[in-house]
Amino acid sequence: MEKIAYRPESLTQIPFTYCPGCLHGVAHRLIAEAVDEQGLINKMTGVAPVGCSVFAYKFFNFDMAQAAHGRAPAVATGMKRARPDMHVFTYQGDGDLAAIGTAEIVHAANRGEQMSVFFVNNAIYGMTGGQMAPTTLPDMKTTTSPYGRDTADIGHPIRVCELLDTLISPYYIERVSLLTPADIMKAKKAVSKAIQYNKEGRGFTFVEFISTCPTNWGLDPLKSRDWAKEHMLPFFKTGCFRDKGAE
Amino acid sequence: MAKILMKGNEAVAEAAIRSGCRLYFAYPITPQSELIEYMARMMPKVNGTFLQAESEVSAINMVYGAAGCGKRVMTSSSSPGISLKMEGISYIAGAQLPAVIVNVQRGGPGLGDIQPAQGDYYQATKGGGHGDYRLIVMAPASVQEFADMASDAFDLADKYRNPVMILADGMLGQMMEPVEFKEALTDAEIEEMPKQHDSWCIRPNEDGDKKHHHEINSLEIDPVVLEQHVNNLYKKYAEIEKNEISYESYDVSDDNEVLCVAWGTASRIVKSAINELKKDGKSVGMIRPINVWPYPYEAIAEAIGPNVKKVYVFELNTGQMLDDVKIAVAGKVPVEFWGKVGGVVFTPAEIKEKLEACF
Repeated sequence: MEKIAYRPESLTQIPFTYCPGCLHGVAHRLIAEAVDEQGLINKMTGVAPVGCSVFAYKFFNFDMAQAAHGRAPAVATGMKRARPDMHVFTYQGDGDLAAIGTAEIVHAANRGEQMSVFFVNNAIYGMTGGQMAPTTLPDMKTTTSPYGRDTADIGHPIRVCELLDTLISPYYIERVSLLTPADIMKAKKAVSKAIQYNKEGRGFTFVEFISTCPTNWGLDPLKSRDWAKEHMLPFFKTGCFRDKGAE
Repeated sequence: MAKILMKGNEAVAEAAIRSGCRLYFAYPITPQSELIEYMARMMPKVNGTFLQAESEVSAINMVYGAAGCGKRVMTSSSSPGISLKMEGISYIAGAQLPAVIVNVQRGGPGLGDIQPAQGDYYQATKGGGHGDYRLIVMAPASVQEFADMASDAFDLADKYRNPVMILADGMLGQMMEPVEFKEALTDAEIEEMPKQHDSWCIRPNEDGDKKHHHEINSLEIDPVVLEQHVNNLYKKYAEIEKNEISYESYDVSDDNEVLCVAWGTASRIVKSAINELKKDGKSVGMIRPINVWPYPYEAIAEAIGPNVKKVYVFELNTGQMLDDVKIAVAGKVPVEFWGKVGGVVFTPAEIKEKLEACF
């Protein structure tokens, strides 16, 4: 009998600590599958951020580092430079990557660092209890934008893929969604491509996942996905922004 | 090996390379620019990594990443830049990583100025970053000592898995003095070096079935576990306090009527004043802490001779080491302080005048 459902070797046996309906587990699994499929488990390492996925260093079944808030791309830079025979990725949320870590992500991308960045965008700070993120949508209510995000006061959400796409060095930039099974299949392809390019030493690869936060959005998991489809996807359009490998 | 005339900033960089440092991440700031520039020139010649980071914050986090891989890594900066690095230094201490940080101090607070000062003593020896941790802090007083400390700093960092700071200042960074370097480690020795960290560092899985899962981490969400972790850190620090006290005794004798305590650049000036007073038949001794953490409390207490009327502390700050001297003296004799700040450096004549008034 063929075994079609199993835990990837690149995930440890430690149960995820995420809320019910959270999509971090899906994103973790996609990365782990891609690492397994490309036979990189013994040469892979990653950097966990500050945020809901702060414990990601426990979940991936290879050496991992945990970074200060926003600093994962700098930490990964140091790791890759110290161990060029290894492959490194960062896993970061929207507050970590697009607010406190803006300088680190822009400059790692601009240097064309040999790393993959997996960016989970759910438009809110999850771990700290639902505060406004740099990707929070206009008029969206959070605990620190209780009257809705006022774009005249605090500006508009940052589209990170588009921002990084202005740089010359990045090798691959794609935004995918985790909102439907079909989307997840597409996301897997993007993750695999990023890991493959990483394996081949092509340069800086970046995959953004449009995700949800049922707990802090106050919606059940399915309604969260509907809300994201209706509100996030029109603003954060999925698609490939840059693929130097396909040129 | 022949002596070379060199600036302190360049000498410490050269010594670091000779000690096996092949990874250097930093951001430009005066008065340490010669250090980053030397690394930019020399690292490519030894197949090392030189990377000018986008910020001090990024530079120290690159150090965290490289140190997590068990490799000898260094960063350098000057006071305002060191403040920015403090977050990363706290993480490096928490995660127990070996790393060397050079601070070529300048005047503060804030942007201050670019002249030599010793105003970062508290920051270096009492914390700076958040949480309960300690840095080993070495304070050179000459270009030769600045260079020698590079290899000692890497050895101590490796030995204790702890960040080590070399606390110099703009005077030592900019000043040229003859310096003699130790023989450089060979490529084979440098390659061998990270293996001492194989049990914990990030590295490829090459052990066949015995697959490791190493975590470079300072997070312990369970308070009981974090308490244990911090207690373990402090056991290590107690060990460092036992083993790594380092100081110089200068003209300390039973004849001393005054005992001076000074560190780094300031100690050189005090030494000149002591030599002048000696000619006048006035006996003054000095204890110079070479490591300012761990601190030579006992050495200072023991150096207070039977005729010492006063312990005099001279610093290029408002009296930051003074607290430690008072702990050491424990009220046995009066402790006095005099210092200059803002990048203004006192002269031997001024120190001599202060000391003469004690007789």
